[in-house]
Amino acid sequence: MLRIACPWCGERDEVEFRYRGDASQARPTADAPLEAFTSFIYERRNPRGWHIEWWLHVAGCRRLLKVVRHTLTHEIHAVLPPQEQPSLPQELAR
Amino acid sequence: MSPPTTPPRASSGRYSLWRLLREGLRAQRGWSPAWAKAAPRPRYRVVIVGGGGHGLATAYYLATQFGISDVAVLERGPIGLGNVGRNTTIIRSNYFQPQNIPFYEFSLKLWEGLEQRLNFNAMVSQRGALNLFHTEAQRDLFTRRANLMRLLGVDAEPLTRAEVKALVPLVDLDNGRYPVLGGFLQRRGGTVRHDAVAWGFARGASEAGVDIVEHCEVTGFKRDGERVIGVATTRGSIAADTVCLAVAGHSSHLAAMAGLRLPIETHVLQAFVSEGVKPVLDVVLTYGAGHFYVSQSDKGGLVFGGHIDGYNTYGQRGTLPMVEEVAAAAVTLLPGVARLKVLRQWGGVMDMTMDGSPIISSTPLDGLVLNGGWCYGGFKAIPAGGMTTAHLIARGTPHPLAAHFTLGRFAAGRTIDERGLGPFPYLH
Repeated sequence: MLRIACPWCGERDEVEFRYRGDASQARPTADAPLEAFTSFIYERRNPRGWHIEWWLHVAGCRRLLKVVRHTLTHEIHAVLPPQEQPSLPQELAR
Repeated sequence: MSPPTTPPRASSGRYSLWRLLREGLRAQRGWSPAWAKAAPRPRYRVVIVGGGGHGLATAYYLATQFGISDVAVLERGPIGLGNVGRNTTIIRSNYFQPQNIPFYEFSLKLWEGLEQRLNFNAMVSQRGALNLFHTEAQRDLFTRRANLMRLLGVDAEPLTRAEVKALVPLVDLDNGRYPVLGGFLQRRGGTVRHDAVAWGFARGASEAGVDIVEHCEVTGFKRDGERVIGVATTRGSIAADTVCLAVAGHSSHLAAMAGLRLPIETHVLQAFVSEGVKPVLDVVLTYGAGHFYVSQSDKGGLVFGGHIDGYNTYGQRGTLPMVEEVAAAAVTLLPGVARLKVLRQWGGVMDMTMDGSPIISSTPLDGLVLNGGWCYGGFKAIPAGGMTTAHLIARGTPHPLAAHFTLGRFAAGRTIDERGLGPFPYLH
């Protein structure tokens, strides 16, 4: 069971949240080539390590959160409001 | 390039009732190991990364069907301990998409002749795969699916409530949450002993001259421009004309070493087995108002599973919220199992693709072939996956039954979205 510390509601069980995928995918500009959109929609870094991801607090404040979590240990490094860019230590930045 | 010399290999001999009797009378002294552990040679024509079901099957069919036995299968640990040994052992071909039905039907036909071909008892048991429906809309969808299957020559039959009850007395048709309206049965579906599949293919491949190299982890790829020319491993460099990845669960991780980004997320799927009981269930049963599937093993334990946990993970273990959901589905559908104890629970990591269908494809790098993206349906596809991947490696062109499973289908807009969910693997 993950415990996610929502910035608005405090620490809650994972069952209150819905996963919404990779939060590091940047939408290309409207005039970007088709390949950029293909990559945005379909391709994922899918790291075995630190991952920046969206979680929606459906049973709480219903806001999107940005979570930095390790995909092997499930350790949570940070839970942030959606607009914030996580500042990652060097080992996490990769 | 001089033709490679494969050293002759001691055969484990033919298995038969006669041999069993003979060894019984000779104090079992005549058996030899089913397959030979090899040390890696510096070069091969084909190197397959991953000694699971698909890797071993690809090697077996390359050697026996396409005449390429200069093959090595590299496995990080011992063979058969990845997803091929972690699944719920179900085989079936009751799919919806016109690309998927013939492929999985091809696989089911290969399963039907596999034990004779491998001379290995894989305990293929065509006990029937029964999907239940709980709403009228779901009945219409299953009827359409059954019709699509029958148009393609695959067996499928609708069952009434009474027929479901006769087949599986354990089902609570009028359960308070989602009463059962009927079912959809594929009689040729069933289960196979998963460990025997790994060992059967390993034995067949080894006998045909394939090197199976355990405890050999790939740490990088050797490249010559846009061409992959070999792999770096914990047991030294190995050169190859073709490198094939068959590491579902870790495809993204290995592809990243070659600089590729795949349309895949990695998720964990849990499976469970209960304590052994007398025979109570002689089909593979699938619940339609959630995700729950169950069969009874020959030892008597109920083997069951549910959905993926729902977020990216490489951790080969599950978390409790999904355990609770699966248990709730089990008790809703089969109240009689409520007091059974769960003996074991485990997790395997899956390549979840962006459309829920597998990838058997060449890649942007010459000399690198990918067999992956099996989502949670890789086990039933092992023979067809192996055969079509071997075809792609040997002939350089995709097998007609797997030609649509390319990496390029995403950019081309030809995704094969079996469940109609879009590019959201965590929902599949």
